[in-house]
Amino acid sequence: MTNYTPQGDDFEFIADRDISVDENFAAQGYWKGVAIHFFRNKFAVTGLILVGVIMTFAVLAPIVSTYGYQEIVSIVDAGGKEITAKSLSPQIGGGGADNLFADRTFLFGTDDMGRDLWTRTWQGARVSLIIAFVAIFIDMLIGTSYGLISGYFGGMVDNAMQRFIEIAGSIPTLVIISILAIFMEKGIGLVIASLLITEWIGMSKIARAECLKLKEREYVLASRTLGAGSFHIIFKQILPNTIGPIITQVMFSIPVAIFTEAFLSFVGVGIVLPQCSIGSLIEAGFNNVTILPYQILPPICVLAILMLGFNLIGDGFREALAPKLEDM
Amino acid sequence: MTRYVAKRILMSALTLLAIIFVLFVLIRIVPGDPFPVERMSAEMILQKREELGLNKPILEQFVNYMSMLLSGSFGNGTSLYNGAPIKPIMTACLINSFKIGVLSILCGTAVGLAIGIVAALNRGKFLDGLCTVVSILGVCIPSYVFMIFLQYFFAYKIPFFPYFFDPSNFLTSAVMPAMSLSLFAVSTIARFTRNEMIEVLNSDYVKLAEAKGLYGFELIRRHVLRNALIPIVTVIAPLVVDLLTGAMVIEKIYGINGVGKLMVDAIAGQGVDYNYVLALGIVFSALYIGVMLALDILYGIIDPRIRLAAKEGGA
Repeated sequence: MTNYTPQGDDFEFIADRDISVDENFAAQGYWKGVAIHFFRNKFAVTGLILVGVIMTFAVLAPIVSTYGYQEIVSIVDAGGKEITAKSLSPQIGGGGADNLFADRTFLFGTDDMGRDLWTRTWQGARVSLIIAFVAIFIDMLIGTSYGLISGYFGGMVDNAMQRFIEIAGSIPTLVIISILAIFMEKGIGLVIASLLITEWIGMSKIARAECLKLKEREYVLASRTLGAGSFHIIFKQILPNTIGPIITQVMFSIPVAIFTEAFLSFVGVGIVLPQCSIGSLIEAGFNNVTILPYQILPPICVLAILMLGFNLIGDGFREALAPKLEDM
Repeated sequence: MTRYVAKRILMSALTLLAIIFVLFVLIRIVPGDPFPVERMSAEMILQKREELGLNKPILEQFVNYMSMLLSGSFGNGTSLYNGAPIKPIMTACLINSFKIGVLSILCGTAVGLAIGIVAALNRGKFLDGLCTVVSILGVCIPSYVFMIFLQYFFAYKIPFFPYFFDPSNFLTSAVMPAMSLSLFAVSTIARFTRNEMIEVLNSDYVKLAEAKGLYGFELIRRHVLRNALIPIVTVIAPLVVDLLTGAMVIEKIYGINGVGKLMVDAIAGQGVDYNYVLALGIVFSALYIGVMLALDILYGIIDPRIRLAAKEGGA
């Protein structure tokens, strides 16, 4: 019997006739599902864009800007004399030779020392974001470990650790900050320290609740049966499954951190001049608000946009992690 | 119920005692001297330390301080500024802050509830959208920024309210700080109420009540609100804390003689006033723990399940 070689005629193109498409979705990865839900949410995407825009400016604007953020800029006035560009309203360069600001652009104006507010606003946003990210990242590490250990071991350990949290949690933030203000010098360190002491508690509560749920699961039992130690189970088996709620908490903590910084700097225990942050800019603007109201607008807008953006992202995450049936 | 309440009160008292101890020790072991070294000679400082009992062991100092506290005094102000007793100054400030705080919590809760209920009953319609906008605004605009806006437009541009707080004219001058302080409360409570109401409105027992022929206000009051309100009590506690923080800046902006301003002056002034920080810290902590306790008990009263859980769990 000779081998039969199939010819072109033996095949027929059936296009989409007769193909039954499976209407049920194939199982997709957990994170892929979360991402799909997240990006389908208009609000969450808006938040992402808002935060993205501010972060881009915060990173790029101080680098690109013609002025340093501490630089006191001077301009040549109508009489040809060089004067400090104090308290200018927003100016756009260009135009004819009669424009004083032909080669100087102050998009947000200048402050009462003659520093360019455009540069200072974005430098301030940068400082505030750095503070928030650093503090919340460390909080996440501390809080998650604390919560997981407390939840995993249970019993006496859990009891002692929870009593400690109860006491630590019932000291108002304000009191902690004032005690810190005695110990530490005003500045970034104080802001970060007060965030470190206060924000990890919420994080640890969430981690503990998740851990209590997860430690009864079969895969943990299997892992233990195979001889895994507690450390391995907590950080290799349980931790990866608690990431979702923890990220949500992080997203809600970042605006709190930005707000705390703005609040502390405004009160006068945060960032000190000539350094700048959102809070110190608002404070400087507030001092001149009746005469030069445009000074306070940029930092306030940046603050509001950041708070809004992170809150929207947080909401989006929460919904994406636990989608309700109606959204599916 | 009595056992539950007694247990909670005991726990709160112990927590407060622990906090006072920690605060006291922290303030005493702070590096540096509470006295201005450049203005006082070494002998004067030594004499002053002796006078204030700062040379005794820390535990003895703590016991002395506690007995002073229990007899209703906060000790004398530090020698840095004046030797005046703290209590009268603080009482005056507390009254000012308390009035404004209570006003803003009441207004905030009432307005927030109203907005939330309206939004839930008009779900998906224009009013619901308006409620969402208000609650988003409240979350992303800090109270003090709102205060600056109000002060600029309604006291400076249009001089409708006094530009600074005027104790002789409490009602008109309390409007702006109370409004800005309640902004966050309004938005949080509105959002929470809306979500809770919608959940309850979709529940089976409300459908049953409707099927029985109950409708309108009676249905909302008897079946929906009662159940929706229970979780709302839990959001009020963090709001009170937020109020304390917010009040600190708002009192600074609006020139209110309150505890917040006192605290700012104590920590951000030229020198830190140790005794004020300690006294205010104790007052704030006591206030916070007191509110938590009150809400916990209230929660136990309106939701019997909590009591039962506490009894069974033994916690």
